[in-house]
Amino acid sequence: MDNLFQRSLEDLIKGFRLQLLGDSSFISRALEEIRREIKATDLSTKSTALHKLSYLAAIHGVDMSWAAFHALEVVSSSRFHHKRIGYQAITQSFHDQTSVLLLITNQLRKDLNSVNEYEVSLALECLSRIGTRDLARDLSPEVFTLLGSSKSFVRKKATGVVLRVFDKYPDAVKVCFKRLVENLETSDPQILSAVVGVFCELASKDPTSCLPLAPEFFKILVDSRNNWVLIKLLKIFSKLASVEPRLGRKVAEPICEHMKRTVAKSLVFECVRTVVSSLSDHEAAVKLAVAKIREFLVEDDPNLKYLGLHALSIAAPKHLWAVLENKEAVVKALSDEDPNVKLEALHLLMAMVTEDNVSEISRILMNYALKSDPLFCNEIIISVLSVCSRNAYEIIVDFDWYVSLLGEMARIPHCQRGEEIEHQLIDIGMRVRDARPQLVRVSWALLIDPALLGNMFLHPILSAASWVSGEYVEFAKNPYELVEALVQPRTDLLPPYIRAIYIHSVFKVLVFCLRSYFSAQESSSGSSSTVYESILNLVNVIEIGVWPLSGAYDVEVQERAKNVLGFIGMAKQDIAKKVNLQDNEAEACRVTAFMEDAFSEELGPISANAREKVCVPDGLELEENLGDLEEICGKFLKPVESDSVSCTDKITFSVSNLRIRDQQEASSSTSLPPKESSSLLAEHRKRHGMYYLTSEKNDPDSNGTPNDYPPANDLASEILLDPLDPKRKAKHRKSRPVVVKLDEGGESRITTSQAKTKQESVTDDESLSRDIQSALLVNKKGKEREKCEGNSNLVVQEEETSRIEKPQNSEKKKKKKKNGERTSGKHRSRRRSEVASSSEQVEIPDLLL
Amino acid sequence: MIKAVMMMNTQGKPRLAKFYDFLVRCLPVEKQQELIRGVFSVLSSRPENVSNFLEIDSLFGPDSRLVYKHYATLYFVLVFDGSENELAMLDLIQVLVETLDKCFSNVCELDIVFNYSKMHTVLDEIVFGGQVLETRSDEVMKAVEEISKSEAASNSISLVPKSVSGWRGGR
Repeated sequence: MDNLFQRSLEDLIKGFRLQLLGDSSFISRALEEIRREIKATDLSTKSTALHKLSYLAAIHGVDMSWAAFHALEVVSSSRFHHKRIGYQAITQSFHDQTSVLLLITNQLRKDLNSVNEYEVSLALECLSRIGTRDLARDLSPEVFTLLGSSKSFVRKKATGVVLRVFDKYPDAVKVCFKRLVENLETSDPQILSAVVGVFCELASKDPTSCLPLAPEFFKILVDSRNNWVLIKLLKIFSKLASVEPRLGRKVAEPICEHMKRTVAKSLVFECVRTVVSSLSDHEAAVKLAVAKIREFLVEDDPNLKYLGLHALSIAAPKHLWAVLENKEAVVKALSDEDPNVKLEALHLLMAMVTEDNVSEISRILMNYALKSDPLFCNEIIISVLSVCSRNAYEIIVDFDWYVSLLGEMARIPHCQRGEEIEHQLIDIGMRVRDARPQLVRVSWALLIDPALLGNMFLHPILSAASWVSGEYVEFAKNPYELVEALVQPRTDLLPPYIRAIYIHSVFKVLVFCLRSYFSAQESSSGSSSTVYESILNLVNVIEIGVWPLSGAYDVEVQERAKNVLGFIGMAKQDIAKKVNLQDNEAEACRVTAFMEDAFSEELGPISANAREKVCVPDGLELEENLGDLEEICGKFLKPVESDSVSCTDKITFSVSNLRIRDQQEASSSTSLPPKESSSLLAEHRKRHGMYYLTSEKNDPDSNGTPNDYPPANDLASEILLDPLDPKRKAKHRKSRPVVVKLDEGGESRITTSQAKTKQESVTDDESLSRDIQSALLVNKKGKEREKCEGNSNLVVQEEETSRIEKPQNSEKKKKKKKNGERTSGKHRSRRRSEVASSSEQVEIPDLLL
Repeated sequence: MIKAVMMMNTQGKPRLAKFYDFLVRCLPVEKQQELIRGVFSVLSSRPENVSNFLEIDSLFGPDSRLVYKHYATLYFVLVFDGSENELAMLDLIQVLVETLDKCFSNVCELDIVFNYSKMHTVLDEIVFGGQVLETRSDEVMKAVEEISKSEAASNSISLVPKSVSGWRGGR
């Protein structure tokens, strides 16, 4: 009875579109209704309610996981209509954590064995989307049967499901793989394309395991005319050729044939892509591919243009000539309205950059950047920056030009890459001595411009500019103007930490000027009044500018301002004494000299693995696992260092380093020896234990308190004394300034850790590939024996294979299992194969080569 | 493999969304809706007459590409990874639209709105478990018609009195 008045899905949709109450209230009303209806025993009512629920879940994002059991009930109905609704709901909402997942196995099995092919396809689809390990394991026999079914409709779908089953339950490979390979020989194009699609996925995951099937693939490649199949095959060969280069030779010819013959652009593109990515050694093929790319590039269709550029960028690393040939097309593409095309063109242009044309290309790109939208503009900026700074500015010869380019970039309206520019300004300052005058000039121009202070993206650049001006003030033409720029009122717009850098630069400039004033005083007998006037002026300007900051809210700013003002106060008295200062006893003179010494020590770049160069002192235990602390520390106060410092930071200079040095010099007499500080730490910990994090292994809080980090002062001084390793470039027309490089051993460290993690994640795929390999080898041996029974060829082949096997490791030989041996010692074989899998050489029968 | 198939209208309302990528399927429903919204925001900012491809790593993980086509008020979107050819995917959208056209004769958005389950049937014939199964629209049509016939047949049993069907419909 309820069924008659129940709203169907169409009613629901209509109601939704006509309703005036508001979406969420309508949905909640509908949900209430559904909850009532779904509890009915009548399956029709139930299924309609479920149908409505799945609609709401799919389109409006309503949660339907509570209806899992109801979905199961609906699926068990014998009516096709209900089954469909039920399966749809299940595929949509079930996932690995659904509690009733176990109950579905039987139902799936029943439906997989059904006579009605549409029921079978429903079940297969469900399995393909929600399949778990258990489901895959339990249902793989059924899938196996279906793979050999007479109905192509069913076989097609069974092939589609195989991928998921393999993924979740690799042992299924042993059962199903043979059938899968048999399907390769089918004449039905749709089944073939499905099978080839599955192999494409398998090959992407693990090419070596599909390598033995290369002959079959080759046959299809040559014979087939179906574009979908051919595209997938090309992808497979692309993966296989990267593992087995000899394959490339054989395959290049048919691919060229297809390229020349076909009309379908998709196939042409795939051929081109395969050639330039995996067959890049075959000149003829590459030439043909580049010719095809050229055709793509001149098309009007934006898709083809984009794909042509994409293929060109794949070819660029090994075949730069191809890019240079098509230079005009690339430059034209820069002004295309399609963002994809523009980006690809930009990357291609960057690939063409060399020492000679870097300034020309940058000029072109800067013009484009000024005209483009913000996104592309920043892309241009970042790509120019990264290419130019690659390998410690390898490509730059004229640093003066590059520094002024950096300044120009800062003035581009949309520029948002302040940090990178900041980093490079400071980096160049540290590494390239000869570029420092230009740097100071450019920085001054940036600092003096009040308009830039308002743009928050440029603040990092300004902080770099001020640091550079302060650090290399000896190159400045007019320190007075510099100081004016640094204390101008609009600097209020800067955030406090940059303001602090400004003040510190002012300090450095002040020290420099005072020092030169005092030394001038000492050397010359009388002081000229103009010099006196100017220095007094300078000091006054600084005082006026910095004075308001001594009451600033930010402690950093306040502290530095007070430092400067204090110094000025002391110096002013001695400046006022116009009498010649023959005696260097004047306090200001001494202090100024001292400060200038402090500032004159050159700061250089730090290598990323500088820390490793610090040799570990005796008696220092470097343990990662703090749990072993008990054993190591015991009753002693041995400092334990945790190895968690990341080496991925490159050369970053921070002002805090400078401060550490200042502190060191100022308070060298009062620094504590390490032992004392650690005992102080222990005491502090005892007193304020609740503020400390608990150590890992419930350490009794006695003398075993670890001192995790050695005091910063010692570490900093050790790092900064790292020997610099300047390299000299070969003489150029215009002699290139010296760029300080350091041997970056740090990079290799990063890659090994990456390789390690990659290895770990591969172990899941390993089991699948192992199974595939073993299944294939059994297949191969079995096939050969069947085909050439009593044929002399077999004997020859066996001999050859045994000849190939002999020089190999004896362990690998065991891996080539015969049919009978397979069942013995599963674990043994697995261990052996683990050892051998990494370096195994899969043989290709000489038929192919 | 194909990671997702989506249809949404020009205001961003999803009309169909099917995810095949194993990882995406385990996300809660809200996250999936967020993905749809993310895709829509990217699409709506594309000008006309540009290429139909997009890199969409940020939403669907590494090596994800998107192809979309704008038909009247609908965006058809296919998300796939490196094992599919871009132009072939574009063709697939074409096949899908052609099939729908044959199915509903001059299909428009309302047809898609009101025929939610038929849409899924059609799609299931073309894309299965992330793989492309069928690329000929007439084959797809045949299969879809068969399925509708068997559904109609099973529905006609409802003329049988309620009490009997209710009892038979049990486990």
